[in-house]
Parts: sequence; structure tokens; C-alpha cells
Amino acid sequence: MKYSGLRVIKEALTGHRGWGPAWRDPEPQKSYDYVIIGGGGHGLATAYYLAKHFGKKRIAVLEKGWIGGGNVGRNTTIIRSNYLLDGNEPFYEYSLKLWEGLEQELNYNAMVSQRGILNLYHSDGQRDAFVRRGNAMILNGADAELLDVDQIRARYPFLDFENARFPIKGGLAQHRGGTVRHDAVAWGYARGADSHGVDILQNCEVTGLRIEAGAIRGVETSRGYIGAGKVASCVAGSSSRVMALADIRLPIESHVLQAFVSEGLKPVLPGVITFGAGHFYCSQSDKGGLVFGGDIDGYNSYAQRGNLPTVEDVCESGMALIPALGRARLLRMWGGVMDMSMDGSPIIDRTHIDGLYFNGGWCYGGFKATPASGMCYAHLLATDTPHETATAYRLDRFRRGRMIDEKGVGAQPNLH
Amino acid sequence: MMIDHPLLGPRDAQEFTYLGDASLIDRPDWQAEDAVDQFHDYLYLRDNPAGEHRELWFHEVGDRSWLVVTRNTLTHQITSVELARDVARSRGRSK
Repeated sequence: MKYSGLRVIKEALTGHRGWGPAWRDPEPQKSYDYVIIGGGGHGLATAYYLAKHFGKKRIAVLEKGWIGGGNVGRNTTIIRSNYLLDGNEPFYEYSLKLWEGLEQELNYNAMVSQRGILNLYHSDGQRDAFVRRGNAMILNGADAELLDVDQIRARYPFLDFENARFPIKGGLAQHRGGTVRHDAVAWGYARGADSHGVDILQNCEVTGLRIEAGAIRGVETSRGYIGAGKVASCVAGSSSRVMALADIRLPIESHVLQAFVSEGLKPVLPGVITFGAGHFYCSQSDKGGLVFGGDIDGYNSYAQRGNLPTVEDVCESGMALIPALGRARLLRMWGGVMDMSMDGSPIIDRTHIDGLYFNGGWCYGGFKATPASGMCYAHLLATDTPHETATAYRLDRFRRGRMIDEKGVGAQPNLH
Repeated sequence: MMIDHPLLGPRDAQEFTYLGDASLIDRPDWQAEDAVDQFHDYLYLRDNPAGEHRELWFHEVGDRSWLVVTRNTLTHQITSVELARDVARSRGRSK
């Protein structure tokens, strides 16, 4: 069923009786050519591109809960491609380009809003680093503009420009960045994948991987055994748990990241804004809530909730940037479990087991990567070669000394 | 979270910084034949369990001791706290 404005009018006039479910709820088949573990944004995008762009059949997405119930439903919805390093920037710029065409591609309103992202700087040294980053972005085909204080004042007059400790000196803007309605991403990809024949199997937890003679044969699940030609893990947050089923240890720790939303306010924050002296990022949702977050809590955790010291830290950063934030009441806060990798960058690669593939280590940058992650993972699954923008995301890069460490803090996952 | 320090009693986890898995105590022998492989695994690979986890915390704004905390990563419940020095000695790591 194609969605359109005309269709909305027709349904409105006929009592909305013509809408059907957006995807099927099939029974598992005995076997598939491709089994994707994880029905989050990345897994559903992978299935969609595998079916649509690579023409593959007999694909299943296995989700232990409900689709979109993990990190794609728990993030701060920001999209951007303002990375520095060669291994990252082409990939994230490719992702941003896919975001720009996503709604037409999927015939689904994902509320992609390129309202711009602004990273503030507060010192001369930070300015120089941002100039370098901006140049790296432009060299990779992205957009970047250095804004001075007057330009920022015109758009964000309520920031604490004269903060005694961290005065705002300027900012690096990416006008094509913005936000996307997170749930709609999962639903849009699910509907698209389903319409190309992908079986989306919910409440289907993978409990074992059947491996014979160094090759994957299938997966044991809570809904029975499912044979598979290729199995693709795509469960960031729980990667270590799934790969442990194949006795694979990963360069990953799971950490909890908290996010917050205020009560609904009238439009106040036109774009996405980040504080350069602490870790704080904020945007306003279309419902009016200020959506914001900061650092991970910093200790291994699989609990989808964090602790109060981090709440205090995030709110202090917010107040240092936007003093008016103190007048808004916090409506909700929640936590998501992140795959924190050893260099802060993701992994999209084969494993040493034939037919077993791995996608994870997204740290807390996975949402913006969803379309490119799906496309690149599908490319790898379909062709057994990496997509040209994802050649650096190898599983063995730590052994080979090819880390992609944007922050330069080394093998300490809670610092990335 | 409260960490029941073996010497100082219950302290707020905010006083500590977190390093990671307590297996970092077991530094490989740099003279071993396969030292490169051992150090790769030591530096980069983690069990990352969902459940009981032994981990290193540093009492940075306290007595600056290293602790081995046993904590459940699903519930954040702490079940035991030891001085890392004692743990290391019991494994023959330190004199």
C-alpha cells in the first residue's frame, strides 16, 4: 500500500477503514539464505537494502522483543556527518546522503529535518581543532561553516555567551545535519523490507549458533531452529552476548547512556546545539520537548537505566550553556546500552567463521549511521567485500594497529 | 551506587574512577613466545558479561587505592569489594 497525501484524504473521508498492518507477522520458515539477528534500525535497514538493492531473497530478521524496542527507540535522534578521520567521514557523509533521500526511498514519513547542527567552541585551541575538522568534512564532500559569535547570537540569543569560565567564541555548523523521528526509521525500514519479502520475526530470541566445521549452519531460537546460509549479528549493546555464542570475544564493552526530555515547550531551539566545554547536546522535538544528553555513565552496564551523578553532570552542562533550561521541568529520562568499542569506532566485518558476520561497536553514534550501516552491511553480506565507505571498519584492526580513534584516548572504552 | 570500601566503609561511587575488567591485573609476560597475541587479547578483548563482573575502580578523590569490585551489570548491585593489592598478591602478581 503506497502512502500519499491523497490516500490520507481518502481514508479520512471513509472512516480510516482501509489502513492495513504495515508489515506481516509470519511464522518462521525452516531455513533462510540470510538471517539477520537484531530487529533494530541497523538490522531492518540491512534487510531492506539486501532485498531491495542487492535483489536477495529468503531473508529473515530475528528480534528477541519487538522491532525498534532497543536503541533505535532510545536515542536523541541526531543526524550529522562532522567527523575528522578518513576511516569515518566518508561513511557518515554517505549516511547523511542516504538520510536525505530516505523518505522518498521508503515512501514513509520519517520526519527527516535538516535543521542544522552547531558545535560550539570556547577557546582558540578548540577553534583551531574545529577548523581542521571542518576542512576534513569539506574535503569529503560534506558541508561545514565556521560561525562567529554574532552569527550564533542571531540564531541562539539565549545562550550564555559571557560565561566566565567557558565563554562562547564561535561554532562549527553543519547545516545539513538535523534530527529524524527515530521510531519512524525502524517502522519505515520494516515496512520496506517486508514489502520486498523479508520475514520479520519478533519475540524470536537467538539462544545458540549452530557451527559445523568452521561454518555457520543456523541459529537456535526461542521459536525453534532456523537454518541459515549466512548469519549477520546486528545487536549493538548486546554484541558480546550474541558473539559469545560463537566463542568470539570482542573489543567491546557495554555501557549505559542516559537521555532526557523536558516537558513540551513552544518552539525555542531551532537546531541541534552542542556544548564544547562539557558534553551536552540538545534539540527540540516536534512535540516541543527539549531532547538532550551527555556522557555515558562510565561503567559496564546492561541495565537500561543509569545513575544520578550523570544526571547531575548532564544538567550542569546544560545550565552552563542554556541557563533558561533550568526553568523547564524534566519529563522523562531513560538509558540505552551501548557497544563501546576500543577506539570509539564501529565494526562491519566478516568473522573467522564462514557465513558469520558482525556489525556493532557503534558507541553512542549508531542512530545517524543507520542507513549507511544497513547499506554497507548488506553490501558485505551480498558480495563478501566491504562497501567502499566502510573498508576501515575491520574486526582485526586492533591487531594490525589500524585504530580509528577520533578522540585519541586509546583503548579505554568509557572515554570515547 | 555505593562502594563499600574495605578500609573506609561505604563511599559514593562518584569518588571513584572506573578502569574496566579486573582481568587487567593479569598482565601477560612480555618475554613469552606469543607475547604479541597475549597483549592484543589483554589490551583489546573483553568478556563483557551480562551479570556478575569483576572490575577495577580507583578511589581518586579518596585514599587513591585500587579496588576490585564485583558488581552485577544487569542490576548494578555490588556484592563484594576487595583491595586490588590483595587480589594481585593472591595471584602472585605483586611482592
